[in-house]
Amino acid sequence: MDITKQNYYWWNKWSGAAVIILIVIAVPVFTIFFKIFEPPGNSWKHLSENLLAGYFLDTILLLFGVAFFTFLIGVTTAWLVSNYDFPGRRYFEWLLILPLGFPGYIMAYTYTGMLDYAGPIQSFLRNTLDIQVTGSLLDIMNLPGAIFILSITLFPYVFVISRSSFLQQSKTLQEASALLGSSRWRTFQKVALPLARPAIVGGIALASMEVLNDYGTVKYFGVNTFTTGIFRAWFSMGDATTAIYLSAILMLFVFTILYLESLQRGNRQFGNANSLTKPLERVHINWQKKAVFTTFCTVLFLISFLIPLIQIIYWVILTYEKVINYDFFLLIFRSFSLAAGTGVGVVILSIVLLYALRLSPFKWMKNVTKIATLGYAIPGAVIAVGIMVPLLGFDKWVTGIISPGNIRLLLSRTLFGLVFAYIVRFMAVGYNPIDSGFQKIGIHINEASRLLGKGSTKTLWKIDLPLIKPSLFSGILLVFVDVLKELPLTLILRPFNYHTLATKAFDMATNEMIAESANAALIIILTGIIPIIFLNRMIRRKEA
Amino acid sequence: MLKTLKKIVLGAGLGMFLFSCQSNDENIVNVYTHRHYEADQQLFDKFSEQTGIKVNVVSASADELIQKLELEGAGSPADVLITVDAGRLFRAEDKDLLQQISSDVLEKNIPEKYRSPSGKWFGLTYRARILAYSKERVNPGELTTYEDLADPKWNGRVLTRSSENIYNQSLLASLLLANGEENATEWAKAVLGNMPRSPKGNDRDQVKAVAAGEGDVAIVNTYYIGIMLNDSNAEERKAAEQVGIFFPNQEDRGTHVNISGAGVTKHAPHRENAIKLLEFLSEAEAQSILANINFEYPVNLNVEHSDLLKSWGDFKADEINLARLGAKNKDAVMIFDRVGWK
Repeated sequence: MDITKQNYYWWNKWSGAAVIILIVIAVPVFTIFFKIFEPPGNSWKHLSENLLAGYFLDTILLLFGVAFFTFLIGVTTAWLVSNYDFPGRRYFEWLLILPLGFPGYIMAYTYTGMLDYAGPIQSFLRNTLDIQVTGSLLDIMNLPGAIFILSITLFPYVFVISRSSFLQQSKTLQEASALLGSSRWRTFQKVALPLARPAIVGGIALASMEVLNDYGTVKYFGVNTFTTGIFRAWFSMGDATTAIYLSAILMLFVFTILYLESLQRGNRQFGNANSLTKPLERVHINWQKKAVFTTFCTVLFLISFLIPLIQIIYWVILTYEKVINYDFFLLIFRSFSLAAGTGVGVVILSIVLLYALRLSPFKWMKNVTKIATLGYAIPGAVIAVGIMVPLLGFDKWVTGIISPGNIRLLLSRTLFGLVFAYIVRFMAVGYNPIDSGFQKIGIHINEASRLLGKGSTKTLWKIDLPLIKPSLFSGILLVFVDVLKELPLTLILRPFNYHTLATKAFDMATNEMIAESANAALIIILTGIIPIIFLNRMIRRKEA
Repeated sequence: MLKTLKKIVLGAGLGMFLFSCQSNDENIVNVYTHRHYEADQQLFDKFSEQTGIKVNVVSASADELIQKLELEGAGSPADVLITVDAGRLFRAEDKDLLQQISSDVLEKNIPEKYRSPSGKWFGLTYRARILAYSKERVNPGELTTYEDLADPKWNGRVLTRSSENIYNQSLLASLLLANGEENATEWAKAVLGNMPRSPKGNDRDQVKAVAAGEGDVAIVNTYYIGIMLNDSNAEERKAAEQVGIFFPNQEDRGTHVNISGAGVTKHAPHRENAIKLLEFLSEAEAQSILANINFEYPVNLNVEHSDLLKSWGDFKADEINLARLGAKNKDAVMIFDRVGWK
């Protein structure tokens, strides 16, 4: 019998706070929604007649290209490491996750620098072998190049998810398939792949969101997607309404992907009825196959992580004396405190939302608080536009009351807008670990404290939070890393004279200082690797 | 409840308002600049030394600075906007972000064609958009004008960057003014057809593509050649050494040039200091530093050119006032978009 719930009113300070948080977080989406009904800006006609078709084409080709290659690479590697035993397998399980630490734009200009006319590869060919490469052979600054770059940085999403799906699959099913005479390949095709489908599609959907969010890579390579279109409308044409129209179209892409993903998942359960299935036993293979598999994984790791990393370290060695000075440390300090501050902010808001949910007697509250996490699917440029417009409106309103005719910028010139935008974009990243933390400890311990006469705040502080400390920590860490890497949103909303490591690296790279930019890039990458190793350990522990 | 909320919001707003109304009699000048060269900082330091005025610098891309000036309106702390290309300065003027300045010093130091007729912006250095040709495969005698690049004999040989670049926009604007919209459109279409690859990369990439044999003639700004010839990477230097420099249209209107320039912002809180800074930058001493940093031509006629510029020889520059190119920028962009020059 649920005694405690009767003492809880459906409306309390927690649910009140939660409602306010949800409304504020939904601001960018609402802004864009309402602005679509305004008449188009003056650049819209020109843009829709001459450029819109190109935006559609490039965006769609990029999406399909990256989806195809992340699928191919991610599923193949996942199948190899979860099914076969070959030298290095245990290492590849986590080495192949590391490319996630490379932001796409850094990968993009690292490869550009390596393949450039004056880069190491062409110089070697020309000076040592007397071969001058011409034409498109080593040219990476185009659509196929962008597909390549985004595929090698995003395939780990598919790899991680399909690997754990393959590992969870019952051995019994695959054994049954083998006993009925299927080859390994046929078993993969007919049993393992269909069972893993929801997971794989989920991974590809995640990668697609990142593709739509990307600005740095496509801008650098001259690929015209909707994100670059938003920047062009917003900055070059100074036309906010057109930027919002483009944002709205981009959002349609996002919702289509989310819809297709949920459609294919349906209501079916793909899990195992019997949780006590034996883990799959790895197949022993002859040495030729071993050699092929090891080579494949090694080459992939070299291309997607080690070679670009070595190039970056080499550039750092060349340039650190010029770049590393007081200002550089100030830059690191600012970026880190901004990222840490946002991490803490996201975690506090997540706690309020989830605690309201925890105390609520209604099941549907779960779907309401989920709204807060939608930002992760919305491209950064869209969020930035959706926040800039209301902030400017607010500034004009307030200063208009205080001294009419003398409009000053208050919020829109500060870090407030930027942190607000980060919180909207990365709420899900902090919310999910805390959600699972709360679920793990269950509600009874909280109810016990309440029955013993403690208030809801005191219970949260004394009982709930100490118990989910690891979740709080990983929430802050994950948000921290994402903020550090973030580019498009920061470029639009940063205050004057304010750089983060990401904007500085991008700025230097686009100003033909690729080698100098490597210093900031290296810090971003190394910081990005920490949570990957950390999370992998947690997964390992679970598997063991 | 609502009343208290309104009070709180207004109170906080008032606080921020007072905070943002810092006193304006400080001896400073706030510069929004698109240039990011270390030597610019040395120049500002020298200015502070001479005048006791502290220079605060905010650097970002030109489009960003213009857009932020616009958003800030009367509340902007900026005094001076420094950027490259008359197209951008014109855009800032067009959006009413700059104010008219009349200064004998500026008028004496800067030739008329390099400043806005309204006195709202002033060129500081200029650069020519020239043809860099392969010394191996092109006889300089073959080269004549920009218009000639549309000729079928250049099929598969012309290289240049994307139309998003302001330098190409201004070049097309100058062709548009010289030959009319129809001819300019035909020209853009034909040049696009003569390219061996789609337009991409920056000016340096075009020079390297000539060195690699992808094409024979590249449309680039002079100072890029200078930067490449002095690069720390030997491969960059070698690439630049393989191209020759040709100043087109010497027989008619002259080679297209553009400027880096500055203006005083409309709501400049430190107007006098801003004018002092511009005057300082137009004087011979600063001019020679400013121009030499980046292998550009100083606008001040009393300043000697650097050795590299001398080695390229004198040339006739297009005499058109650059403000007129700015006014045609939008039309040029639309032509590029129409003919599909990315």
